[in-house]
Amino acid sequence: MSEPVITARRVSKRFVTHKQRATSLKERVMTRRAGTDGEFWALRDVDVIVGPGETVGLIGPNGAGKSTTLKVLAGILRPTSGEVAVEGRIASLLELGAGFNGELTGRENIYLNAALLGLTRREVDSMLGSIIEFSEQGPRIDDPVKHYSSGEYVKLAFAIAVHVDPDVLLVDEVLAVGDEAFQRKCLAKIDDFQQQGKTILLVTHSLDLVESLCTRGIVIDHGRVQYDGDPAFAVGTLRRILGTDRPVGAPDGPPEMGGIIVVGATVSASPAGPRAAALTAGQPCHLRVEVEVEPRRDGAYAGIVHAVVMGAGDIPIWSMRMPPGQVVPAVPGRYFVDFLVPATPALNGAFRIAVQVEEPTSGNPVTARTFDEVFWLTSGELPGILAVPASSQVTPA
Amino acid sequence: MAVTAPGAPQTVDRSALSRSRAAAQGSVRWELLTQLVRKDLKVKYQGSALGFAWSLANPLLLMGIYYLIFGVVLQNGIPGFPIYLMCGLLPWTAFSAAVSTASGTVVGNAALVKKVRFPLQVLPLSAVGYALVHFALQLGILLVVTTLFRHDFSPAFLLIVPALGLLLLFSTALSYLVSALNVRYRDTAHVVEIAMLVWFWLNPILYQSSLVKAHLGSWFWLYFLNPMATVVSTFQRAVFVRDSYTNTINNQPGRALADPGYAFYLRNLAIGLVIAGLLFLLARRVFTRMQADFAEEL
Repeated sequence: MSEPVITARRVSKRFVTHKQRATSLKERVMTRRAGTDGEFWALRDVDVIVGPGETVGLIGPNGAGKSTTLKVLAGILRPTSGEVAVEGRIASLLELGAGFNGELTGRENIYLNAALLGLTRREVDSMLGSIIEFSEQGPRIDDPVKHYSSGEYVKLAFAIAVHVDPDVLLVDEVLAVGDEAFQRKCLAKIDDFQQQGKTILLVTHSLDLVESLCTRGIVIDHGRVQYDGDPAFAVGTLRRILGTDRPVGAPDGPPEMGGIIVVGATVSASPAGPRAAALTAGQPCHLRVEVEVEPRRDGAYAGIVHAVVMGAGDIPIWSMRMPPGQVVPAVPGRYFVDFLVPATPALNGAFRIAVQVEEPTSGNPVTARTFDEVFWLTSGELPGILAVPASSQVTPA
Repeated sequence: MAVTAPGAPQTVDRSALSRSRAAAQGSVRWELLTQLVRKDLKVKYQGSALGFAWSLANPLLLMGIYYLIFGVVLQNGIPGFPIYLMCGLLPWTAFSAAVSTASGTVVGNAALVKKVRFPLQVLPLSAVGYALVHFALQLGILLVVTTLFRHDFSPAFLLIVPALGLLLLFSTALSYLVSALNVRYRDTAHVVEIAMLVWFWLNPILYQSSLVKAHLGSWFWLYFLNPMATVVSTFQRAVFVRDSYTNTINNQPGRALADPGYAFYLRNLAIGLVIAGLLFLLARRVFTRMQADFAEEL
């Protein structure tokens, strides 16, 4: 990959909840001690490195840290720790609107916004016509934007953002507001951008969009990157986190707990052996899962490890779960959970491991992680996941 | 190799371009500043019939009242008092308008600060620019009035240049400071409001500095540690030339101007510029330190 356009390394962001913060001089004087218990980590050690021409879908449950990530990359929020570097002109569409002034007309807001993004008046003059045309506002462009509907607002904001010739476009879940015709136009424009090798980062809840549009998907949950890679796998990972991969009526998705992190999962041919890239059917197969139980103010959580071997398209092939009575103890620290399969099934193809940690009493998922590394199984020459020995005979009909 | 060779310089160009674009997005530009000032003016005077003329209503009204009370009723005896008054009131109004506007400028533009990456320093600077536009208009009127009253302009008029410089630097410095502080401590705007009421009387606008000199004696220099007192008295020296030692003010010999010469003003201007300059460095430091948290605190 050529020089990355967006580089964020080990970025963490802590928010101090407002109750604790001295917002006036009086409070500042009265409360000597700065409260530190009203804080929460929106991002923890997030790495996002994006090259030119990539279109990255940033997905995750509500409150997972997607918008915070975007704001940190846009240079609007300062990370508590870690480094962020973005090359080139950034156009960002964060939440609704791009910071328009309601009293000004659409036209005046175009000039103001473009000036904020670093364009000169002359540059704006030359692109004004096409911005107005793209925004579909026509004569309404001379109305104050406070009279615009939310859809019209977004149309204008998007029109500006794509016309200022950005190198990096950050979009936070705004396209959904426009009507279908406009959405198509936006997608076509994004397509153009991809052709031109521009970098796009998209926060969205529309998982279909991620699969169809993005070249890469990043799943964020509880402020951590849970998955970074193929968009289809990313969507699968998120659906598992959300619990929407199961039919309606099945136990709810993960409760807001956290507290246990899946650190690693290694498939090997011998106990605690080196990672195996290929396994042989009939031979033993070992899976070592490493989890970390985090210390929490209200005590740590115990968990049950549930590992799934997945085939192409993230189809679960088989599951391995700790038996009743066995748990990862609620004592902070790192633990290995080793699974042993005495005889590897006769399968064909590439497989990978997904690990879910469940709450011991309810069985609800607490955290999940899917690993990118694949291992291969080859048993037989014929296509098909399962190598089934079958005999045949020929008789006249 | 023949295929990749033409591509190589292009990538270099592209990264240089993107760096310059990132810089354009991060630095204060004249273009952006004028856009913001234009926006503020537009928003303020939009829909009002008299529009920009309202900006003159406030200083003119103040001028009328002060003239009636101090010039006519209390008879302070300053010759050509209306012009003396304008010389002090106009720069003071510009200063206090700039700083008061600046105190609310980051908070008032929360929508921008939270959604667009741009050099946040333009916000206090635009407050100063906004006040300067009004000031320029008022100053024009002052000069017209002065000419009508057949004041002759003397070489002392050139003093207006360093006085304007000091006014600009000091206003900018304080604007930086209060706009940043007000984000975290919302009392700042109220403190500024009250401070301006008191501060007004620390300048020789409605009275002559010679009266202060009579009280302070050899400590008179303390009075001019306030850069605004220097700005005001220098403006008076620059524009207001009808003055003489023979004036009697309140039955005591005195004069309207702080000093008839030049050296006095140049020295005070130098002191003022040092104070304002140091404050500017401090204020900009405070601003750049605090600005990274603006989006979070709004």
